[in-house]
Amino acid sequence: MTKIYLDHAATTPLDPVVLRKMMPFLKDDFGNASSLHSWGQKARQAIENSRRQVANVLSCQNEEIVFTSCATEANNLALKGLIEATKGKHIIISPIEHHCILDTAKHLKKQGVKVTCLKTDKYGLISLKNLKDSILPETVLISIMYVNNEMGIIQPLLQIGKFIKEINKLRKAKGLPKIYFHTDAVQAIQYLDCDVNQLGVDFLSLSAHKFYGPKGVGALFVRKNTPLIRQQDGGGQEFGLRAGTENVAGIVGLGEAIKKVASQKQKTAKKLNKLSKYLIEGVLSSIEDVQLTGHPIKRAPHIISFVIKGVEGESLLLMLNEKGIGGSSGSACTSGSLQPSHVLTAIGIPPASSHGSLRLSLGKNTTKKEIDYVIKVLPGIVKHLRQMSPFS
Amino acid sequence: MTTNSFYSKKVLDHFKNPRNFGKIENPDGVATVGNPICGDVMKIYIKVGKKNNKEYIDNIKFQTLGCGAAIATSSIATELVKGKSLDLARKITNRQIIVGLEGLPPVKIHCSLLATEAIKKAIDNYREKK
Repeated sequence: MTKIYLDHAATTPLDPVVLRKMMPFLKDDFGNASSLHSWGQKARQAIENSRRQVANVLSCQNEEIVFTSCATEANNLALKGLIEATKGKHIIISPIEHHCILDTAKHLKKQGVKVTCLKTDKYGLISLKNLKDSILPETVLISIMYVNNEMGIIQPLLQIGKFIKEINKLRKAKGLPKIYFHTDAVQAIQYLDCDVNQLGVDFLSLSAHKFYGPKGVGALFVRKNTPLIRQQDGGGQEFGLRAGTENVAGIVGLGEAIKKVASQKQKTAKKLNKLSKYLIEGVLSSIEDVQLTGHPIKRAPHIISFVIKGVEGESLLLMLNEKGIGGSSGSACTSGSLQPSHVLTAIGIPPASSHGSLRLSLGKNTTKKEIDYVIKVLPGIVKHLRQMSPFS
Repeated sequence: MTTNSFYSKKVLDHFKNPRNFGKIENPDGVATVGNPICGDVMKIYIKVGKKNNKEYIDNIKFQTLGCGAAIATSSIATELVKGKSLDLARKITNRQIIVGLEGLPPVKIHCSLLATEAIKKAIDNYREKK
């Protein structure tokens, strides 16, 4: 049976080259990187090599990279760790952040931190004006994701970074606390420029399994001299910022994976931009009452999201799965909480419409033939489900 | 057939091959119920027959806009009550639906309640019109 995986925003397959580099550390080279003997030192070397690989891609110093178990942990560490270290009283986030930011913000709120959630326009983009108006004297952190995982829109990180720099100059003169800038770059690493100095970020989170690395490993870039208190206590690993024996094989995999995707960034982005455009046009022209969500241009090459009127997302996914296609949806029925996607809600899509949400996310190996197949079968599935509906 | 550990084989079977799906022109009873929790909508049409002075569901059809479980519960509910007396059909429980489908994920139990509600309301609609 045809099998077409279009859920790369959920996770990506492990690159065989990456696996090969990981294998020794799952077998013979089992040492604990904190040990002084040769076994340990081999592991230490491998971790530091990986740190260098990540630092190269982010254009930062090696010691500014902290390995974690995933991006969720990195995001938790950045937000909670900064608040604890600065005793900050106010943070600003966007409403379309991943749950690990929203829920961490909720947690901080319970502890007395004020949280401002920005507004977005109908595409999901935040505005500098709204951001500026939200800043308070006690603000210590702004956290805005680079690429939204549900719609693929790209937030204007460069402008936000520049703006925060300017604001911080004024605040310094006034004796106000510095505002730190965090971005969840999980969906951006492989396609967009992630030079932390260009972006002007103080924290950046990433996760290996989104770019053909293994699951269970992520990293947080922490700019030098940024106050941060670790959220997991124990040994002194990761410069005292993340206790726990390092996942050596995972870290090696992350390093290899980021190195590889960075070297193919432009080529893959170009290819996927073309395929995405082709898929969007194909779907919009072959199915009635379909809307593309997110911005028409300011979008990452790999994530496409539609709302299809008169169908329900989970049924759509089950039918697509029957045809060998793997996608995802922000429908209430597909979430454990039975809540429609907070992202679609934030951009003003009513629950009745987000009921029919479909996300297809492409990968480096996606082909035009696969997209052709999707364009061929999707209209029939939509037609069938619409016929089943009482509104037909 | 692809496997799916979230849903039982029976749920997937009813989802893919829904029984009694469609519309009845000039139905004796009809009801539309909606699930405010997730947005699913279910519509049941019935045709009532009479045998030995007892009214029974002679024909039943459904239309559903909803998830796999919403479609499967509609399908099996219609199958369970077709040919049954109105009194018996009205007593259908969501337990019967869940057992008939060889289980439902906990988060989908509300779909089975929607199906029983739709059947009860369609029968009530017929009785009100009489």
